[in-house]
Amino acid sequence: MKIKFTPPIGKISNMQGQCISLIGNDIDTDRIIPARFLKCVNFDSLGEYVFEDDRKTLKGKHPFDLKQNKNASILVVNSNFGCGSSREHAPQALMRWGIKTIIGESFADIFYSNCIAIGIPCFTLSKKSIEVLQNYCDNQCLFLEIDLKKSLAKSKDLNFNLKIKESSRKMFLSGEWDATSTLLENENLIENKFTQLPYVKFNTNSL
Amino acid sequence: MSHGTLFDKVWDLHKVSRLPGGSDQIYIGLHLIHEVTSPQAFGALKDKNLKVKFPDRTVATVDHIVPTDNQSRPFKDNLAEQMIETLEKNCLEHKIRFFNIGSGNQGIVHVVAPELGLTQPGMTIACGDSHTSTHGAFGSIAFGIGTSQVRDVLATQTIAMNKLKVRQIWCDNKLSKGVYAKDLVLHIINELGVKAGVGFAYEFAGPAIDELSMEERMTICNMSIEGGARCGYINPDEKTFNYIKNKLCAPKKEHWDKALKWWQSLKSDENSIYDDVIKLDASKVEPTVTWGITPGQSISINQKIPHLDDLSPNDKAVAKEAYEYMSFKPGQFIKDTPVDVCFIGSCTNGRISDLRVAAKVLKDKKVSKNVKAFVVPGSEKVATEAKQEGIDQVFKDSGFQWREPGCSMCLAMNSDKLIGNQVSASSSNRNFKGRQGSPSGRTLLMSPAMVAAAAINGRVSDVREFIN
Repeated sequence: MKIKFTPPIGKISNMQGQCISLIGNDIDTDRIIPARFLKCVNFDSLGEYVFEDDRKTLKGKHPFDLKQNKNASILVVNSNFGCGSSREHAPQALMRWGIKTIIGESFADIFYSNCIAIGIPCFTLSKKSIEVLQNYCDNQCLFLEIDLKKSLAKSKDLNFNLKIKESSRKMFLSGEWDATSTLLENENLIENKFTQLPYVKFNTNSL
Repeated sequence: MSHGTLFDKVWDLHKVSRLPGGSDQIYIGLHLIHEVTSPQAFGALKDKNLKVKFPDRTVATVDHIVPTDNQSRPFKDNLAEQMIETLEKNCLEHKIRFFNIGSGNQGIVHVVAPELGLTQPGMTIACGDSHTSTHGAFGSIAFGIGTSQVRDVLATQTIAMNKLKVRQIWCDNKLSKGVYAKDLVLHIINELGVKAGVGFAYEFAGPAIDELSMEERMTICNMSIEGGARCGYINPDEKTFNYIKNKLCAPKKEHWDKALKWWQSLKSDENSIYDDVIKLDASKVEPTVTWGITPGQSISINQKIPHLDDLSPNDKAVAKEAYEYMSFKPGQFIKDTPVDVCFIGSCTNGRISDLRVAAKVLKDKKVSKNVKAFVVPGSEKVATEAKQEGIDQVFKDSGFQWREPGCSMCLAMNSDKLIGNQVSASSSNRNFKGRQGSPSGRTLLMSPAMVAAAAINGRVSDVREFIN
């Protein structure tokens, strides 16, 4: 790990950093963090094992091992990124390696929810724009500034309108992406809902 | 936007509020936890000084890390022991019901909850595991969540989520002999692709689905996630109610009558509006095997591995990666591919009916001497039932190792792993690179009956040649 890890807190509105390109569709969470590293009761040491097997196979040539990427924080990926297992260990490992934002063609549903829940905004762009970004990254260092309010990404010679789910955008801007406290605010509504559910009445003796 | 579907009805019933960001706050009727994705969630509760809000609505078991050879405590693997101890401690502290090893009810969380009668129509069910979609077979709305959402469910019994769209997958006719639910779901994923389900719940319907047993329906819903759909479900019917009746946690006596009445009212309206409808002919499905590194890369047993020209532009890059990783050539038949390991088990196909079908193929036959074969029952209950029926003996006589219940080599978090680039014929759900414990291990997904046939011949085989 490059620097001491500090998790994000509060409002997230502007991001800036170097991009790192990872090419491939359907990159699953087993590849992001193989199951053997899930034998842990906290997420602390996951950063160093991100993409462990892919990196070993590529013997130093994996994007996460290239010297020029060591300070990168914006990951650029293709479609259906994070498919498969629901393990939050996958975005936790990426975050602990240094990734703060992901831009991709598309994301698997559970992976996307996990990213939002831990403060990693995930943006989408068309296949064509992703290709432009990835080609640029492969040839030179690409620094992007992202304005979440305007959903805009710009570098010195590129401009992109990013897409993000409106609910996620609002949550990051207001700082309510860490959902627990927002959910707890509706404590009375939760209690009411519980009493309205038909099965709660006929299952009272069994659970 | 969908309207009148079971999904819409259950979603609306459980909606607590519309959150400021625009997503819905959904009450979770049943929360299932296990040792891998819960410890950090309990840790977060402690950090925030919060309690478990409805401890009665969470149920725990241990499955991912348990050894299947020797389960005596402490486990040989210190990390695995630490994980089970953490779960035991958390359940005790928060008064959560825990089905531990030796309780008679331990097993893979998605096998255990249905067999206990915990899984019921009309519920919302969440678990920190992507195969939670399994429970949709009972007409519940069930989906996998990450650890932060496990924390939210523990603390509030609710989660923040955007409503999914609904796609109906209508399966006409019925499956032919020697073709199973696993073949059908692999076929569906192949037809639609592994990301078609992103943003959707899948409603499986039609005569072929009605025909399936509850356990076969679980196999179908289980693999919704492999098609990208976080949630998959089937409208409940008499088979559903009969399956639940008299289970340990099923409603009893007058409660049963009330439950039944409510369940019978729960189904998609005839004039439901879906966001999308797909129709396919189940009678055309043949025994299906994956050849690649995503569950969408499958072919029928008599087909050849596709050439790049046969594939859509979006599938070509992953296919190239698959040829290389699997050491397969396009145009090669999948049939007769030699296999090293045969694994029957997992939340997809580790239930008693799966073991029965495989045992029928194996009876009076021997596993090829080049093959290591083992069967891991999905739960202690499945194991007990199999022993009562003498199925364990059929497996043992054929040369299969009979193991203790757990997730085992589906994801290889215990010591059951492939070695080097071994090829496994597996009744599990994922053929991702490295999934079965070796970074170069190769997985061919297929039905349990097909795994049994492969074990006998030492090669990928057509199970229809074994059954008359």
